[in-house]
Amino acid sequence: MKALCWYGSGDVRVETVPDPKILNPHDAIVRITLTAICGSDLHIYNGFIPGMQKGDILGHEFMGEVVETGPEVKRVKKGDRVVVPFTICCGECFYCRSDLWSLCDNTNPNAIALRKLYGASGAGLFGYSHLYGGYAGGQAQFARVPFADVGPIVIENGMPDEQVLFLSDILPTGYMAAENCNIQPGDVVAVWGCWPVGQFAIRSAFLLGAERVIAIDHVPERIEMARRSGATVFDYADADLMDKIHEETGGRGPDSCIDAVGMEAHGASIDNIYDHAKQALFLETDRPGVLRRAIMACRKGGTVSIPGVYGGIIDKFPIGSAFAKGLTLKMGQTNTPRYLRPLLTRIQNGEIDPSFVISHRLPLDQAASAYQTFNQKQDHCTKVVLTPWN
Amino acid sequence: MNVKNYMSHATSASVNMNLADRWGSVLGGVLLANSSLRKRSGGKLRLLLGAELIRRGVTGHCYGYQALGVRTRGVDQGSSVSVPYELGVRGRAAVTIHKPRATIYQFWRDFENLPRVMEHLLSVDAKADPVSHWVAEGPGGMGVEWDAEIHNDIENELIAWRSLPGSQVDSAGSVHFKDAPGKRGTEVIVELQYNPPAGLIGASLAKLFGRDAQTEIESDLFRLKEFLESGEVARTEGQPKGSASARRKPVSRSLDTQQGSEALQEGAA
Repeated sequence: MKALCWYGSGDVRVETVPDPKILNPHDAIVRITLTAICGSDLHIYNGFIPGMQKGDILGHEFMGEVVETGPEVKRVKKGDRVVVPFTICCGECFYCRSDLWSLCDNTNPNAIALRKLYGASGAGLFGYSHLYGGYAGGQAQFARVPFADVGPIVIENGMPDEQVLFLSDILPTGYMAAENCNIQPGDVVAVWGCWPVGQFAIRSAFLLGAERVIAIDHVPERIEMARRSGATVFDYADADLMDKIHEETGGRGPDSCIDAVGMEAHGASIDNIYDHAKQALFLETDRPGVLRRAIMACRKGGTVSIPGVYGGIIDKFPIGSAFAKGLTLKMGQTNTPRYLRPLLTRIQNGEIDPSFVISHRLPLDQAASAYQTFNQKQDHCTKVVLTPWN
Repeated sequence: MNVKNYMSHATSASVNMNLADRWGSVLGGVLLANSSLRKRSGGKLRLLLGAELIRRGVTGHCYGYQALGVRTRGVDQGSSVSVPYELGVRGRAAVTIHKPRATIYQFWRDFENLPRVMEHLLSVDAKADPVSHWVAEGPGGMGVEWDAEIHNDIENELIAWRSLPGSQVDSAGSVHFKDAPGKRGTEVIVELQYNPPAGLIGASLAKLFGRDAQTEIESDLFRLKEFLESGEVARTEGQPKGSASARRKPVSRSLDTQQGSEALQEGAA
C-alpha cells in the first residue's frame, strides 16, 4: 500500500510499504477512504516530538471501511464504515471505565519508556511517535486498528466523509477544550490559535452557552474563519493585545482561556524570542508564550484549558499569577470515544458541520508537499484532507 | 582478636571463600609480597598483588568470585535461601490491576500461564505441582533452565517460590496480592531475586543489552495487567513501516509524485 512515512525534520515521503496485518485478536484492518493532516502532525514534521524512527507512518485522523476483523472483534463488522479516534483505548482499565479514555493503561507497548519521561503513560496514539506506542498511522491506504470494538464509531447513514472525519480528533479536541471551561451563562471565552482545533473550540464554546468568544490569531484566513463563527478577533502581533482583551472583558479578564496552540507558539514578543533561543540550545523543549498570556489574561477563579500539545519542559511559567488568581488548569489528550456519539448527533442535527475548516483536498500522493504548504501557512491553507485511492 | 580467630569467626554475608581458600590466599600473598622486596623487576606489581591476596584471605571476600557469581564458602543462611544475599540480582515492582484478587491469583498460580505475559520466559511445565520446570531466554540469547518449588502459598494473597538445588539459575521470588482502595482492583507486588548464569558480570552484560532485572519485572507486570484487563498484550511489531535507505533521495517531496513512486518501485526491484 501507499503510506506517508517520516524520515526527519521536514522530510516526509509517500512510499510503498507492506499492507498491515491483524496482529492481535481485537484488531481490525480499515481501508481508508479519507484522512487528514493535523496541526499536531506539524510538531512531528518540525522535529519537536521525541521518539520518532525513520520510516514511521504518520496520521491520526482517518476513516474508512472495515475489511478484516480479528477473532475477538464482535461489534464492528466487515463492510462497516467507521471513523477511528486517534486515541487507542482498551475499554476495560480503570481509566477507560472512568471515561478518561486518553489515559488508557493498556495500549502503549512502550509505556515504561514514557513512564521514565512523564511518570506514567497514557493511551497509545496512531502515528505519534514510539513514546506513544509507535502505532503506524492513517495517512495511508490501510491501517491496523487495535481494539476495534472500543474506539471506532460506525457511521450508518449516508453522511459524506468530510462531515464526520473530524470526529477522529480535532472536533472532539476543540469540544473538550470548551467543555473543560465549565462555561456558565454570561461567560466570555478567549481562544488562542485559530487552527482547526481553535475553530472547533470557538464553535463549541458557543454551543455550550458562551456569551462571547474572543479569538486570537494572526493568519488572515483563520481570523476570517473565526469571525464567521461569531468570534471577536484580535491579532496576536498587536502590541496592545493584553490591554485589548482586558478592555473587551470590562477589566475582568476572560472567564476561561483556551490555549489551542501548544508547544510551538509564534510571535515576535521578547519572551518568545527567549523561548526560541532556549529551544535551539535544548534548554527548553516547548515555547509556552501562549500559555503565559492565557494565564495572565484569565479572570480570577477562571479556567485555563489546554488542548494544544506540550511535550517537555517549559521556562518562566507564571505560577504566581495562576496561584494568586486561584485558576484551574485543565489539559490533556482528548478522551475521544466519550464525545463521538454526542457530536455525531450534533452533526446530524445540523448544529455543526465540521467540514468548514477544509481548505485543501488532495490525493495522498501529494501529502509531502501538502505538509510543506500547511507548515508554511501558504496558499491560505487551514486544513488538508487526503484521499488515498486516487 | 588475632587473625586466626578473626578468620574463623567472621560470618558476615560478604564472605564468599572457605577457610582453606582464605589461608592459601594469605600464605600466597605473604610469599608474593616477600619476593617483591628481593627482586627488582615487577616489584611493585608483586607487592600490590600480594597485598590483595592477603586482604581477600583475611576478609574472606573475593571481588573476582563476586563478579563471576561463584563462591567457595558454603551457603549457611538457612535452607530457605536459594540465592545467597550477596550474589543475587534483585528487582521489586508493583502494579494495580483492575480485576478481582482471585482472578489474578489463579492466573499466576498456574505458572504455565506466565510465558504469555513474561517476555523472556519461554515455557513453564507445572505438571509436578508444587515443583515446576522453567525455561527462559538468558543473556546473549542462550537458554537457561531451572526447577522451582512453591514454598509458600496462601490463596488470593501470596505465592512464593525458589529454585531447587542443581538449577542453572538460582532464583527466588514472591508475589503478593492486596485489594486496592475503592474500586481500583488489586495491587500486585512482585519481588524477584536471581543469580544469573554468569554472575554479576552476566547481569551487567544483560543490562548493556537493555535487559536489567528491574525493568524486566516492571514491563512483565505491565504485560500481565494488559493481558488480564484487556485480553491481549499491546504490540506493534509486525506492522508496516517505510524502508527507504538514508541514501535514497526523497521520492515524493515535490508535487511530481507519479515519477517519484515509479523511482521507488525501480529502487525496490
